[in-house]
Amino acid sequence: MKKILLALVGLAVAASLVVAQVRKKDAGPKPVEALRETYRTKTKPSVDHALFAQLKGPFRRPQDVTAACISCHNGRHTEVMSSSHWSWERVEYVAGKGIRAVGKKNVLNNFCIGVAGSQQSCDKCHAGYGWADASFDFSNPMNVDCLACHDNGGTYAKKTAGAGLPEPGLDLAAVARKVGRPQRENCGMCHFFGGGGNNVKHGDLDVALLDTTREVDVHMGTDGANMACVDCHRAVKHQMLGKAYSLSSMNRNRVACESCHGAVPHEDDLLNKHGYKVACQTCHIPTYAKVNATKLRWDWSTAGKLRDGKPYEEEDGDGNHAYLSIKGTFTWGKDVVPEYAWFDGTASHYLLGETFDPSRPLVLNPLGGEYDVPEAKVAPVKVHRARQIYDTKRRVLVQPKLFSAAPGDGGYWGDFDWNAAAAAGMREVGLPFSGSYGFAETEMNWPVNHMVAPKEKAVSCEECHAREGGRLAKVGGFYLPGRDRSRFLDGLGTTLLLATLGAVVVHGGARIWFRRRRHAGGK
Amino acid sequence: MKREYVYPAFGRFWHWTQAFLILFLAVTGFEIHGSLRFFGYEQAVRFHNGAAWSFLVLIAFAVFWHFTTDEWRQYVPTWKNVRAQAEYYLFGIFQDAPHPTRKTKLKKLNPLQKIVYASLKLFVLPLVWVSGLLYMFYRYPQKHEVLALDVTTLEPIALAHTAGAFALLVFLVAHLYLTTTGHTVTSNLKAMVTGWEDVEEEPAPGAGPSHAAATPDAR
Repeated sequence: MKKILLALVGLAVAASLVVAQVRKKDAGPKPVEALRETYRTKTKPSVDHALFAQLKGPFRRPQDVTAACISCHNGRHTEVMSSSHWSWERVEYVAGKGIRAVGKKNVLNNFCIGVAGSQQSCDKCHAGYGWADASFDFSNPMNVDCLACHDNGGTYAKKTAGAGLPEPGLDLAAVARKVGRPQRENCGMCHFFGGGGNNVKHGDLDVALLDTTREVDVHMGTDGANMACVDCHRAVKHQMLGKAYSLSSMNRNRVACESCHGAVPHEDDLLNKHGYKVACQTCHIPTYAKVNATKLRWDWSTAGKLRDGKPYEEEDGDGNHAYLSIKGTFTWGKDVVPEYAWFDGTASHYLLGETFDPSRPLVLNPLGGEYDVPEAKVAPVKVHRARQIYDTKRRVLVQPKLFSAAPGDGGYWGDFDWNAAAAAGMREVGLPFSGSYGFAETEMNWPVNHMVAPKEKAVSCEECHAREGGRLAKVGGFYLPGRDRSRFLDGLGTTLLLATLGAVVVHGGARIWFRRRRHAGGK
Repeated sequence: MKREYVYPAFGRFWHWTQAFLILFLAVTGFEIHGSLRFFGYEQAVRFHNGAAWSFLVLIAFAVFWHFTTDEWRQYVPTWKNVRAQAEYYLFGIFQDAPHPTRKTKLKKLNPLQKIVYASLKLFVLPLVWVSGLLYMFYRYPQKHEVLALDVTTLEPIALAHTAGAFALLVFLVAHLYLTTTGHTVTSNLKAMVTGWEDVEEEPAPGAGPSHAAATPDAR
């Protein structure tokens, strides 16, 4: 009998081991090791531009540099000119609105609102020279700015409010002789400072990424993979992969974690299964704005206060602008826990001239997706909230002219007159302005993609699988174990359990009582 | 009173392994459900999944055993003596009346047990297994999807699983208590460990009530 028992126990143990083995994968070299190896070797330029006669210079105008570039790289300018870095718009299908040309050129945001009327200032970040107003010639290849993206010497700079022209007095030939693959500095010059200051817009694109640790960003940390922006945001014929959903609408030309790491990056299937409905970023970017603060709220309605007739600024305790006469009041956040939303890679956009209901916050770029949408995953989002100017009679958002080149031109930053700024800006975009304005609550979604933390810092199970107060507490449309339950079922189950326990106590107690009585009676 | 070998080795092995697994699955399961914290969520999920597979393996052996040994016949519900058994639990037990049914190797379950165990085996446990497997293999709405089962949300699966879990817990409590209603408080427990149990002999005709005096309490 014992033999049979032992044999059965042995059999069961063997069976469990088989089950355990079946679930274990063959251990090969980890894919992430191969990726590390790939990016360990940094690409070296195949030629030394310093030796080219064409770049001896001197160059009187920046356009002459462009001509020199094109003289060898002939045709490349056409690639740049068909990219969004040049056109500041893309023709895309905007959900619910049809096929539209949308981009920085004509989409409103809730930071500095929009470029129209302020091109002189905003277009410092245009990959071109001289876009000062609507008359700019987008078909002239000589206006392409090759240096902004390709300067590897770290000396090139564009002039503030210079319509994209370089800082005067630069030795353009010296810059041109040190061109190469875009470095972090090239991209960061604009992408870190969007919204008028470091890390203002994205929250995960901070000047600190120029020299950082893997604690902050595993990919860019100099003690980590030490990758450049273009290692992921690859360009084929000057068309960069990846796009910000503040402006883009369609789910295409994206950079995804999966492009390098694959769809099943974990050795553990429990984690891989999460990838069906949870974006990598959700667990691997526990917080953003890790080094420097980012703007979370911008209230334009308080702008315009002057001291002695002059604009002034106030700082908060951390040295961030708390108030600027030209822009209003700000709330900043550092090491921010993202908000979460279903996101299928599409976004709609508020388009110029659309009426809206000012009694509720207007979402300028509603993200597409919900649980049932196959492509949709839960993604971390920076939500930027603002109060911004709108036309109270026509109930449309206003494109104000902000930058002021000369007093009296309507630019708010010079004249501090919202009526004049609204009139000038709306004229620029060809829309009427009723003359009465107010400030409307708006929201903008910025999916968070950078500042990926080391895996040890990834979000833990309990941070989402929590009854209350979890990271996904507000993300609906699905059943999340640990968070969700049926109150009725749990109540019924608990009641039945307690009733059974009660019955046991009563029945058991009665047995003891009767037994005692019997014993007492027996004596 | 005579000793009889009521529970064969495999039956005991199956019973105790299943008991341990159900308890372990309850603790880890209710941690996943959010009702308690013990192992930590990740470990709870891993343990729960591991124990679930072990349970299914055990069940495969048990099903085989039930059919090869004809043990399954023990669980065929009957209405015979149900009333007597219920009356015993409600009244007789307090008077130390004899058990209305005799336990033998061939008839180890009383009629109430037959009904409860049969429904456990036919309804509650399959509910937990099936919902558990669906839980594990639920296809979340995803890209390149091939819909095998058109279940669009995890909720009914999870709720069915939770309902099964509560039913098992209720059974567990009642079952544990009823083990104390044997010949002595621990005799059923001992029998399930050793296989041997003191069983009442066929009562002599007309013996009835004298039984109370004849059995000194071993408590």
